[in-house]
Amino acid sequence: MATHSEISPKAGAASARERRGTAVETPIRPPVDIREDSEGITVCADMPGVSKERLELRVEANTLILEGSARLDVPENAEALYADVRASTYRRTFALSGELETDKIEANLKDGVLTVRIPKRRELRPRKIEVRAG
Amino acid sequence: MFAIGSSAADSPFEELWQLQQQVDELFGAWASPSGGIRSLPQGSFPPVNIGHTPERVEIYLFAPGVDPKTLDISMQQNLLTVAGRRDIPTDERATYYRQERFSGEFRRVIALPEDVDPDRVHARYQDGIVQIGVERREAARPRQIEVH
Repeated sequence: MATHSEISPKAGAASARERRGTAVETPIRPPVDIREDSEGITVCADMPGVSKERLELRVEANTLILEGSARLDVPENAEALYADVRASTYRRTFALSGELETDKIEANLKDGVLTVRIPKRRELRPRKIEVRAG
Repeated sequence: MFAIGSSAADSPFEELWQLQQQVDELFGAWASPSGGIRSLPQGSFPPVNIGHTPERVEIYLFAPGVDPKTLDISMQQNLLTVAGRRDIPTDERATYYRQERFSGEFRRVIALPEDVDPDRVHARYQDGIVQIGVERREAARPRQIEVH
């Protein structure tokens, strides 16, 4: 069984104070559910407003990177009255471990929920070990 | 984790509080997350953005993975209520490392500007965002006054 550390979010390098000084918008860190079964790991991420065309999912040096930008249909002359959500981009990364087959990742995006399935290498899936009576 | 700064606000909580004060001043108490009597704490599901033009008010609820058929949207004067549910099934055989996504029933009551017309509301759901548009009453719109 894999442990928590094998698929874990990378620590954010910059503090809130450091990020605020930059002109680049701080992406939203989408909330995720991560579960593992005997055949692989499934990551579900909430990324409302992201369509397939605006989603970027990739693996770089054993890091799974989820990125996307949300599109809001806002009238041209609209002014903000209230905003819980202050950014329009999403980003979250996870370090992957060696038993995962990164070239066989499958993803599905529906109603703003991204589901990523990362299978485990067949030879590395847990096997039941028979105990023979002596 | 927090950088050491020499600004007036030295604790992150103080910064948050100051930001909240600014938000209150900018948007007025009716829309303020801390001042509105019906407001929910930060982080409540679904997050809401509200924009307006002289003609209409647009409300955006960030509610991914919700079946639009379960949404119950109603208006009473200028009070908009959006209720629904998002059930995330749990796989009994799986090991969970993170369960950050909201699961269950939600309800948000949002006070809109007083000049909205509760009879002229439309809503749609796309890519996990519920967008609700409410027309404002003609009388409340700014009018150009001609000088003869």
